[in-house]
Amino acid sequence: MRIVIIGNGISGVTAARHIRKLSDHEIIMISEEGEYFFSRTALMYIYMGHMRKEDTMPYEPYFWKKNRIQLIQDRVTKVDPEKQILSLKKGESLAFDKLILATGSTPRPHPAIPDMSAVKGVSGMYHIQDLEGLEKISSEVKRAVVVGGGLIGIELAEMLHSRGTKVTLLVRENSYWNMVLPPEESNMVTEHIKSHHIDLQCSTEMADFTIENSQIKQVNTNKGEQIPCQYLGMSIGVIANIAFLKDSGIETDRAILVNNNLQTNYKNIYAIGDSAQLKTPNPGRRNIEAVWYTGKMMGEVVAHNVIGESITYDPGIWFNSAKFMDIEYQVYGTVPAKMPEEFDSLYWQHPTLDKSIRIVYKKENEEVIGFNLMGIRYRHEVCERWLKAKNTLSEVLPRLPLANFDPEFSKVFEADLVSQYNKKFGKSLQVKESRGLSNVINYFKSFGNI
Amino acid sequence: MKNIKYIGIALFFVGFCMFHYLILGGNYKITKSSLTNAITNTVHFDAISKHIQLGSEQGLFETVSSVKSAVQNAQVDVNNNFEKLKTNNTPLPNGMGEWDYKIGDGNISGYAQSITKASIGESHLSSIKTWGLLSFLLCIVGALLWISSRFNRQPGIQNDGLFHNPLTRGITAPVRNVLLIVVGVGILVYGYLTKSTNWAIISVLIALLIAGLVFWYENKTVTKGSKSIAPNVNGYAGIALGLYLISFYVLLYWAPAYLVSATKILDPLSIALSGNPASQWFLYGFLYTVAMIVMGIRMYAKYRHDKYQLMRTGSVVFFQLTFAFLLPEILVKLNMPYHDFKNIWPLDYDFLFDWNINSLIANGTFGIFILVWGIFLAIVGVPLMTYFFGKRWYCSWVCGCGGLAETAGDPFRQMSDNSLKAWRVERYVIHGVFVAAIVMTVLVLYTFFTGNYQFLGMESYQLRSWYGFLIGAGFSGVVGTGFYPVMGNRVWCRFGCPLAGYLGIVQRFFSRYRITTNGGQCISCGNCSTYCEMGIDVRSYAQKGQDIVRSSCVGCGICSAVCPRGVLRLENSDLDIKTRTKHTSGLVIDGNGAHFNF
Repeated sequence: MRIVIIGNGISGVTAARHIRKLSDHEIIMISEEGEYFFSRTALMYIYMGHMRKEDTMPYEPYFWKKNRIQLIQDRVTKVDPEKQILSLKKGESLAFDKLILATGSTPRPHPAIPDMSAVKGVSGMYHIQDLEGLEKISSEVKRAVVVGGGLIGIELAEMLHSRGTKVTLLVRENSYWNMVLPPEESNMVTEHIKSHHIDLQCSTEMADFTIENSQIKQVNTNKGEQIPCQYLGMSIGVIANIAFLKDSGIETDRAILVNNNLQTNYKNIYAIGDSAQLKTPNPGRRNIEAVWYTGKMMGEVVAHNVIGESITYDPGIWFNSAKFMDIEYQVYGTVPAKMPEEFDSLYWQHPTLDKSIRIVYKKENEEVIGFNLMGIRYRHEVCERWLKAKNTLSEVLPRLPLANFDPEFSKVFEADLVSQYNKKFGKSLQVKESRGLSNVINYFKSFGNI
Repeated sequence: MKNIKYIGIALFFVGFCMFHYLILGGNYKITKSSLTNAITNTVHFDAISKHIQLGSEQGLFETVSSVKSAVQNAQVDVNNNFEKLKTNNTPLPNGMGEWDYKIGDGNISGYAQSITKASIGESHLSSIKTWGLLSFLLCIVGALLWISSRFNRQPGIQNDGLFHNPLTRGITAPVRNVLLIVVGVGILVYGYLTKSTNWAIISVLIALLIAGLVFWYENKTVTKGSKSIAPNVNGYAGIALGLYLISFYVLLYWAPAYLVSATKILDPLSIALSGNPASQWFLYGFLYTVAMIVMGIRMYAKYRHDKYQLMRTGSVVFFQLTFAFLLPEILVKLNMPYHDFKNIWPLDYDFLFDWNINSLIANGTFGIFILVWGIFLAIVGVPLMTYFFGKRWYCSWVCGCGGLAETAGDPFRQMSDNSLKAWRVERYVIHGVFVAAIVMTVLVLYTFFTGNYQFLGMESYQLRSWYGFLIGAGFSGVVGTGFYPVMGNRVWCRFGCPLAGYLGIVQRFFSRYRITTNGGQCISCGNCSTYCEMGIDVRSYAQKGQDIVRSSCVGCGICSAVCPRGVLRLENSDLDIKTRTKHTSGLVIDGNGAHFNF
């Protein structure tokens, strides 16, 4: 059986690896972007000089040959699901028995610049080609504007800043990423970005811009500021990369529609990763989740389905992480940006450093439903255990240091949070556990989980 | 603030030039009194006096070469005389033994050094006294000002531009390999010419065997290509620094006569500490310690948000300053044997040499204590501490080699090759050196206890001298440190150190230590693998959710520090030692479908 995977990002590669683990089928992976799989999340580090492109490749070149995964660097222009044939840009066509669509996304173009590639000095930061383009003009860029307050926006700002470029970051919201982060955390990051001398302008949007000789010259904000610049970074979100499927007969909405076996309306065609849209996502989860680990999970699940084992996709409890310049961020469970009436949260923030812990709980029974960490690392398995077991504040708080994953010798702040709880509720909980692997193992052993 | 950095660089540069002018320039004049000061042996004094030209002012290089040829001529005379006396059965004068009378090959460089040092001209001597310490001071102050700019940056990871910098961006694999082969072959040829023909040939054969094994294995498993060496990188400043360090080590080990002016600068300090004038080893220890303190302050600036980094940097600097540098000198002043109490066999490869054992025993209770302490560390201390904490307790908290790598070597950690091929080479080479150290020591002890210096056709004296030359000097010094800017800061620790081999075996099989990964948070970015100085592909474990248990991990904790997603943590636990290498966390697919599990 020939299995063809379109896209060599994390979803496609995980699928290929697991198909190989489970079977001996022929595997062909097609991608135009690059010869080998690289970690997209590390593109910024190449520009900043932390890594070379080679360092972002999780597998050495020999890996693909050794695992008999055939790589084709080309673009699929058309899929014919009935005849089971793909047309490639270089002119050839390729037959498949099963097809996995893992085409990822592409930066959402600004309505005013539908084709970013036509203007010099305007790009998103998604593909390796975006990075190469920015690198090429980098020496001419003295001043840059980045539009959009998401994760790629701040990465772009940090990248340009690392090379001494003066950056203005235009954010529509009144503080950074406040549609995801609760107000305190959002303010912390906002202040942190400013402390790095990045010109962060909140509640500000790009009104229009000037292009001369098809080169970006100036950006005007809706507040009347005129910013001459040589680079305009677009990070107003991503859209699924599915244009080539138009008229193919494969059902799409914002992305390719799949059932919980990640199957499209054709039973031998699957879709995973950013380009897949679940028809019936788990309660509380979105139907498209463009994050690294869901791509990985889908890749593994689809591998089983492709070789004939029916496995449904269940991403479990939500988690995520990011880094905003120097502030690490982790989230486990539900942490709403605006606390609904039925939830409340305990929040502790370090008086001077950019560190905070937030525990979200249900008001009615103090059941813990989420952890939000800034500048502090928490242990995934411990947080997930508490969330799954629907533990209450009084069960979680005395053991809270078990979740701490900061390096040895670093200061532990959990007791501060607990005393805050005691003050708020007039209780006298004591911290009973301390940080460390042995304590965690013993804790899990105590209910027979190891 | 940027100005302070440039002022610092300028001061450093001025001090650096001044120091090199002082040690390489100046005038030398060999006089009767300089010979009297330099040579205590009367037979040697007479013989050398006969061949040496007195009174003329010369530069350093002419002086060293004329002294060297005089000593070599004297050697021929004295050794001919000895044969004559022997055939005539005439007793040696003043009750001298054979090796008091004869001039050995080993004496030549010693005499070249002491005579040259005693011949420093008056005007040069006064410039050394005036400018010598100042040149050190300028370098130190300059470096500190340079470093101080890091304190103005916000606490956090400061790796911007490392791969754009010609000093730290690394070089292509072919250039690296050429450098390595040239230096390696150079050392072997030098050893072949000056020391031991047989062992030079055996070393080549062992090297070929290892290379053969690695390449055979490569072909067997289709593992071609190395990802850590990128095309089109040319860190010319790194190559220049590497060549400078290599030259320094070559002079230090095999031509110390060229460094006498540098040692002269430190005579007052050395005399104050031990009562003796400074040797090249005192100079080396001083520079080593100063480099560690200054670059330790840089580490403090760079990682001041990470207490683990601060603690271990403080620890290695403390052990270097007290245990390795000051204490041994003070012991000498107190008429006790020179000893570094934290150095452990087999890194301290001459600890069990007969002359060391004899001198320790001769020293009485204190000497015996040193002997017992050293054996205790090697047999009980290493396995016990490694069981509890992993090899990091030594490699990145105590060891001097590790200490230099972690401080002065920190800017170069990203150059360690983290390909699978490099790992294969590493395993053969480091365990090969470990076996060589054991064989050598067993032979030496056999000779010590039986008096017999032949064992299975191997001569223990030759073997130990060759081991000291090839591993002790060539590998740990010239390659180990000289290649910092070419192959990363742990070349010696990773490929050569026999103690690291020993600690690593314990860590791999009998230790509570591992690096834990944090559930599903890894995004495979590769910062951990890039900044692992031991070339461990940390990411390959982290992305699988598998704990990292590797014999080479020195527990520096930088992978955890540079991780942007909080995935890695250095931990110890005895509850799961048996399963710690296998446990993975991540997606589990079983009868209940797919779910995330641990």
